[in-house]
Amino acid sequence: MNMTTNGDATVKVVPVRHVGQWIAAAIAIVFVAMLIHTLFSKLPTGQYACHLVGGVRKCHELSEWRFSWDIVGRYFFTSEILHGLFLTLELTVLSMLVGVILGVTIAVMRLSTNRLLSATAWTYTWFFRGTPVLVQIIVWYNIAILFPVISFGIPFTNVTFYHFSTVSVFTAFTAALVALGLNEAAYMSEIARAGLISVDEGQTEAASSIGMTRRQTLRFVVLPQAMRVIIPPTGNEVISMLKTTSLASVIGVVELLGAATNIYANNYLIMPLLIVASLWYIVVTTVLSIGQYYLERRFAKGALRTPPLTPIQRLRRDAKGIFSKFRTPRGAVGALR
Amino acid sequence: MSDPMVEVRDVHKSYGGVEVLRGVNLTVVRGEVTCLIGPSGSGKSTLLRCINHLEKHDAGELRVDGDLVGYEARGGKLYERNDKQICAERSRIGMVFQRFNLFQHLTVLENITIGQVKVKGVEPDDARVKARELLARVGLDGKEKNYPSQLSGGQQQRVAIARALAMEPKLMLFDEPTSALDPELVGEVLDVMKDLALSGMTMIVVTHEMNFAREVANTLYFLDAGVIEESGNPREVLSAPKSERLRSFLSKVL
Repeated sequence: MNMTTNGDATVKVVPVRHVGQWIAAAIAIVFVAMLIHTLFSKLPTGQYACHLVGGVRKCHELSEWRFSWDIVGRYFFTSEILHGLFLTLELTVLSMLVGVILGVTIAVMRLSTNRLLSATAWTYTWFFRGTPVLVQIIVWYNIAILFPVISFGIPFTNVTFYHFSTVSVFTAFTAALVALGLNEAAYMSEIARAGLISVDEGQTEAASSIGMTRRQTLRFVVLPQAMRVIIPPTGNEVISMLKTTSLASVIGVVELLGAATNIYANNYLIMPLLIVASLWYIVVTTVLSIGQYYLERRFAKGALRTPPLTPIQRLRRDAKGIFSKFRTPRGAVGALR
Repeated sequence: MSDPMVEVRDVHKSYGGVEVLRGVNLTVVRGEVTCLIGPSGSGKSTLLRCINHLEKHDAGELRVDGDLVGYEARGGKLYERNDKQICAERSRIGMVFQRFNLFQHLTVLENITIGQVKVKGVEPDDARVKARELLARVGLDGKEKNYPSQLSGGQQQRVAIARALAMEPKLMLFDEPTSALDPELVGEVLDVMKDLALSGMTMIVVTHEMNFAREVANTLYFLDAGVIEESGNPREVLSAPKSERLRSFLSKVL
């Protein structure tokens, strides 16, 4: 770059050199290289691993890859793993659905002018955030100990219309779903509450002034604007939930981790199967993150004067820029500038 | 003064022990423009917000178009109206805010149609036709698809006026509509308000624009410390203030 100082004399400008950054970058590169090297390193062939299975010594040859990529590949698409993956997704979606709907309801209750509703909401959040979700999962799985029969009737009387045994309903999957959903609702309620109070009070007043009821105001004015604040942490919750569902394997739900443990309990390929499960978790997380990005964009409507380009739009623009540079004669570019 | 649009009789209002309105009396004649002036904290905005029941008044009587605001008198008792009834009342009283309060997530057109469609049950197509007419009236045709954040303050305030007019109000309340605007944008909003006054709309305007008050208002009220200090024809009141308080207020703002 050249700059003019003192009339027509031009002086060369020397940019600041960031020596510390260069050193840090060099160190980082070394570490990354080490990591990649070890990921794809090989072990001496002909090594065996042996385990006692039911009193019998069983051995199998170790993979030549340190991270057993060949075995990982072999198990990645097996039906047991895919079935587990499907159950993980099902559990994630359903418990988030329960969590979001119940969470928003609790947030609205919490912000109600009715003190009893507000206190009830506060207590709910206090209780479910106060106990570990793993404990909740185990409790729901064993809920039949406390309530062997579930019945519908008039409270505090012996009148019942309908009843069934708890065990028949609270299967491992249901117990996990209920536990994860109710626990998630406690966290979602705080996220939703933050979103609701982030919307300027003037918006509510304006809605009231054109005659909207409180319900209409919430639905058409406050919630859509609260979404902008609610979505990023909710995306975080979905991703967190995806991995929390692995706790359901403790009560025997054969979701992704459960499927992996079931397999390695038989063949002792512990690491390869944990890698299979982990890779699947990473794949789904990646897809979810992309989805979250576009959802955020959609609800940012009106918040920014000019919405930023999506990565794809940006790529296309950059590509266009590069092509036009080649196509346009140099003089024309200069004239445009 | 036989057919008043708004009647305020001895209205009181306190916030946490501080009495903001201390017995206000005021009458607004149908089709006339009333301006409220006064120092900040004098209760002007509170009075306005009581008139469309955004705030509940503590004591006194408030009537719009003959009906009690927020209450129903039956058999010697006052019954508080429910949310739905209050909303129905409000939908006929337009309000324009100092900070515009346009719905940020909706386009200009949607801002003007949402009340018609969701509150009045107008068909979306009809609502859009009406919205376009109103936008033309406030000089903003062509801005239908813009979001509020893409407009200037003056343009936003004109959309806010159009949004209120879409509900076909019988009364319009303006709460310092030009106070948040850059000086060069004040004129365009006041022009729209003048047109509205000429069309015969009943208006109550809380303002610091003394020239607007002098030119457009039929009656001027000076509110100070929660009571009406002085009222009357704006030209007379502004040129020959009787009370010491109004004199000192005018010396600061003019």
